[in-house]
Amino acid sequence: MSLPFDLQILNALAALLLLVSFAMLSQRRIVTLVNLLAFQGALLCAATLLLAWRTRDNHLYVSAGLTLALKVIVLPWLLHRLIKRLDVYWDTESLLNVAGTMLIGLLIVVFSFGLAQPISALASTATRSSIGIAVAVVLLAFFMMITRRKATSQVVGFLSMENGLFFGAMSATYGMPMIVEFGVALDVLVAMLVLGVFFFQIREQFDSLDLQHLEALREDR
Amino acid sequence: MNVTTWILQVLEVLAAVAAAPLFLGWVNQCRAWLQNRRAPSVLQPYRNIRKLFHKDAVIANNASPLFRLAPYIVFGTMVTAAAIIPSLGTRLPFTRAADAIALVGLLATARVFVSLAAMDIGTAFGTLGARREMMVGFLAEPALLMVIFVASLISATTALPDISERLATQALGLYPSLAFTAVAFTMVLLAENARIPVDNPSTHLELTMIHEALLLEYSARHLALMEWAAALKLFNYACIGFALFVPWGAAMQQTPLALAAAAPALILKLVIAGAGLAFIETISAKLRVFRAPEFLATAFLFAVLGLLVHLLLGA
Repeated sequence: MSLPFDLQILNALAALLLLVSFAMLSQRRIVTLVNLLAFQGALLCAATLLLAWRTRDNHLYVSAGLTLALKVIVLPWLLHRLIKRLDVYWDTESLLNVAGTMLIGLLIVVFSFGLAQPISALASTATRSSIGIAVAVVLLAFFMMITRRKATSQVVGFLSMENGLFFGAMSATYGMPMIVEFGVALDVLVAMLVLGVFFFQIREQFDSLDLQHLEALREDR
Repeated sequence: MNVTTWILQVLEVLAAVAAAPLFLGWVNQCRAWLQNRRAPSVLQPYRNIRKLFHKDAVIANNASPLFRLAPYIVFGTMVTAAAIIPSLGTRLPFTRAADAIALVGLLATARVFVSLAAMDIGTAFGTLGARREMMVGFLAEPALLMVIFVASLISATTALPDISERLATQALGLYPSLAFTAVAFTMVLLAENARIPVDNPSTHLELTMIHEALLLEYSARHLALMEWAAALKLFNYACIGFALFVPWGAAMQQTPLALAAAAPALILKLVIAGAGLAFIETISAKLRVFRAPEFLATAFLFAVLGLLVHLLLGA
């Protein structure tokens, strides 16, 4: 292999990110889902740090710190607290046909690798080959949000999607401008807080976090 | 192609056949240690086989010739597979006889005969075991083929000795694709050899057993051959794993000296792999039979992810 060693590690981290997405797709236990999200954040942070070291780009160090603070510590902590207070800490979610979900996930990966090919051809960064993985992580998180019924796991999917977008920006253009990154971080944090309030509201209304209840339109309450 | 290489080939196969029960004994011993039990001797599988060979065979009245023939066929296939797999040296003459895909077919032949023999008598347990074996088999085989395809893509050949040589001589580096496929291969190995997450090799509980249910009607020398073939299968799978993922140490010349030098490396690998296998078995719980497809789907997923990652990243 002719790649330098740091790029090899970056590729391995990208592959692990993809693996974590699949682990989330098939995970039944909500608390493990949150831990997986934190692990994905940690992988992202490691990749950012490595890229910052490689490109000697100081603003990437800042975004690595932001990832560490927000995605590894604050958000998982908030989620842990939330599911504890909602009393769903050890809850499991029944999944329909894990094997089928995995196969569709594989098709999604193939699709996104194909989708990312022209983008990778245009990009000039050293990490351009992992753009496909970033697209796959985004689409897999999206798919996870579609297959899940509980509000908590949908939020985890949403946050995982954000991780994928961040990784995509990193591998395509070495990260977004600083101000955009701060904006997105703040958005995610606020969204998390608002959704936390929503959880309590949903549960108060329906006695469950199952979002199927939101689909029925009922006037006779 | 001279006489010495063929003598070496025969010696290699004999060594594999002789060492297989020892490997099984080692795995069992490690498992007992990890579970805080007093371990049976590593030689226990030999004693079992010897005891069984000294007994008189009892065969059901309605058994067809297939039932008598199956142990010999299964044992023969496993010996052939042991000759094809480059465990000690990659340049031995018989390793070129078949490529990796044919090898998977050979292992499938053994599975078909085991299952047919189990259904031959017509007891409920035999049929049940045969069905479960086929279910596990048809899910494990695509995963195994995918694992081999990834290694083939990296080394641009499907011949197992060539794959092994290319992987051993290429530049060292991080290969996420090979790491994923190694996980997939370990899962396939556990499923195919009736190890714990899928089947418990030491149980006689009717509702969960697969391997034991298949052999329920066999006794004496037939049972001994079947058990020996099972030990050889585990040994073969371990050696396929070494050829694909830890190819260093295997001899690349045909000389007796090189092969003798490769033996300690193989023994070391087997010792470590056996301990690892026992460790995996100790930390994991037996899955319900209906969860086995999920387990094997995960193995398939790992293998395909390895393939895709290799195609995307070239690593």
